[in-house]
Amino acid sequence: MIVHPPLLWPAYRSTLLRAPSREPVLLPHTMTELTAPVFGDDRVSAADADLTYANGGEAQGQRIVVHGQVRDSDGRPVPHTLVEVWQANAGGRYRHKVDRHDAPLDPHFTGAGRVLTDADGHYRFVTIKPGAYPWGNHPNAWRPAHIHFSLFGQAFTQRLVTQMYFPDDPLFAYDPIFNSVPSEAGRRALIAGFDLSATVQAWALGFRFDVVLGGPAATPMEQP
Amino acid sequence: MTEVQTPAQTVGPFLSLGLATADGPYVVAPDAPDGFWIRGQVRDGAGAVLTDALVETWQAGPDGRFGAAFRGFGRCPTDDDGRYAIRTRKPGPVPAPGGRPQAPHLDVSVFARGLLHRVVTRIYFPDEAGNDADPVLSSVPADRRHTLVATAAGDGYRFDIHLQGDDETVFFRI
Repeated sequence: MIVHPPLLWPAYRSTLLRAPSREPVLLPHTMTELTAPVFGDDRVSAADADLTYANGGEAQGQRIVVHGQVRDSDGRPVPHTLVEVWQANAGGRYRHKVDRHDAPLDPHFTGAGRVLTDADGHYRFVTIKPGAYPWGNHPNAWRPAHIHFSLFGQAFTQRLVTQMYFPDDPLFAYDPIFNSVPSEAGRRALIAGFDLSATVQAWALGFRFDVVLGGPAATPMEQP
Repeated sequence: MTEVQTPAQTVGPFLSLGLATADGPYVVAPDAPDGFWIRGQVRDGAGAVLTDALVETWQAGPDGRFGAAFRGFGRCPTDDDGRYAIRTRKPGPVPAPGGRPQAPHLDVSVFARGLLHRVVTRIYFPDEAGNDADPVLSSVPADRRHTLVATAAGDGYRFDIHLQGDDETVFFRI
């Protein structure tokens, strides 16, 4: 099964001049490809996993808990790996100079966080449910609400940047980025599940988003 | 058990919100005596610079090893002129499958709006006799090998990335 979207996907117009047109060359897996950077606990603080509070106040919007497990394609947990997230605020606006969407910024929401997975590959952060927002790809184009995820895994081959979506978004059918994923199973894998067990009574809704990385990682035996 | 792998999605135009850090470009400390800059621009098929790309590098330490002793990782978003810069040092020798040596190299990931998945390339150095025998460089058509070799520049090296077009950079499938 083809996992990832094709680089050339004309419905997403920005791919037209950016997708390489030549066939990629096969890269053998040497230690450079079978290893990955290690980020220690000193790189991440507990506050980095709570996006609901900034600049002395609480962010507007629906508080949510997002958690899950990072595994490799054999189902093994990926421990102590860095998960970086960024997103729009509840109104669908990013705190970024390029975002021209006419929705208010929230002084108490920066929209960026980071967390390390634990020994069993689990991560958890608290944030605000992002809003949908318009973009210029085609007339009346709106991105479904999503959170950007960046993961390193244990090998260069496992490096992944993706987006987490929310269940039952009516915008899925119209979004060329979501629909660039070639399989139904792959598209489903990008949608978090509502998780009552992670929901915190009288405080925040829970969502679960597991991430499965491809590619092998080196065992310590292979280090020359 | 084989699980459904999580597909990639584009990093989008606001990647610097989540992925830019002040020390990102510094694989080595600013005052490391053997440090140098690798600088370049990222361009699309029309020759326009990308102002919303992210370049990441991964490499061995001077002893050819990977691990906690050497950070090995660099990342830099492109600026308003499409420029990135990574401060690093030469990696040591890393064997290829079968034990043959590889020439010093950095693995590179490029992310951007309009790239639904990262593209992967390598940076080699122009002043390395081992380039000719490098198994990866040798596997690339001769007329395109130059796209993987940095050129000498004032404070280090220059490595431009062309996502598409006549001088398209060689990208790898991994």
